[in-house]
Amino acid sequence: MIETFIWLLAYQFIGEVIARSLGWPVPGAVLGMLLLFITLCARRGVPRALRDNIPRLMTHMSLLFIPAGVGILAFWPMLSAHPLSLPILLVVATLSTFIITALVLQLGLWWQKRRRPA
Amino acid sequence: MSVLAWVQNAPLTGLLLTLAAYRAALALSRRYHGHPLANTVLMGAVMVIAVLLLLGMDFQQYMKGAGFIQFLLGPVTVALAIPLYNNLGRLRKSGLPILLAIIAGSAAGVVTAVCAGLLFDMPRSMVLSLAPRSATTPIAMGVAEVLGGIPALAATFVIVTGIIGAICAKPLMQLLRIQDDVVLGVATGVAAHGIGTARVFQLSETAGAFAGLAMGLTGLFTAILAPILVHYLML
Repeated sequence: MIETFIWLLAYQFIGEVIARSLGWPVPGAVLGMLLLFITLCARRGVPRALRDNIPRLMTHMSLLFIPAGVGILAFWPMLSAHPLSLPILLVVATLSTFIITALVLQLGLWWQKRRRPA
Repeated sequence: MSVLAWVQNAPLTGLLLTLAAYRAALALSRRYHGHPLANTVLMGAVMVIAVLLLLGMDFQQYMKGAGFIQFLLGPVTVALAIPLYNNLGRLRKSGLPILLAIIAGSAAGVVTAVCAGLLFDMPRSMVLSLAPRSATTPIAMGVAEVLGGIPALAATFVIVTGIIGAICAKPLMQLLRIQDDVVLGVATGVAAHGIGTARVFQLSETAGAFAGLAMGLTGLFTAILAPILVHYLML
């Protein structure tokens, strides 16, 4: 468990330092994920400290968003200013983003399969 | 100091409250077989809000304890690299369509919000804060600031977008007859960033892995595309 956290926190730390020193608008943790992914590809394997503890951790990722979710309190005043249009806008925009992404990907996968039959 | 004042100000309160609300939300979600509205983030947050109102606590007091939990988002985001690596074969095979879909989806996230905002005749600062709402919170706040929106407003839109996306992921999957976990993951990660990613991890590890990838890249492409798209849409 200790080693697991050292791995993860170290990669986040490196990501934060790189993002800040280059002035990139990318969060350090996202850059850390990319760097860890490259490391795993180069090592051709997942070290034991990361293999055993992570899957259980990921199924509880929702827990970590509850504090941010409490921030929907701040949504109330805005909602009273636009009680109908704002919820409609957010639902329509989010659903259409999902649908467009899914359709483009399905089209791309279908096209790739046709060109390169398995 | 009275007991109530201690309860309101102790980090222990926010920490215990968040864990207990999550556990209760998880039980509700299992009881209703993962019904979309029994979303663990939404239910957990609503329960926390109810207790905060009851105890007369404000957000700052709550975050003294809940901040520890929020902090773990960083290392867990890094950990997304591991399920992604476990799906390396699929990533190699379908890398190009995935990348194209994420770029198209990032652009769609900005265009749909800005067009709908203009259509509803919303104030300019609100439309500009809505534009980056598909990205993760730190990116969306940065982009909103660059565009001339309000970062705090953008952060709220990001959260609400994530919860909507997380609730709708499974119904949309059934509606569109998506059978490929990769498609589910990428679409959820693009539309609903980390909250969507956390949701699909409850459904499938492969979907979670690709949602994590899509979340990271959507943040990147939103930061690049939003200023350009907004410039053309809001002349």
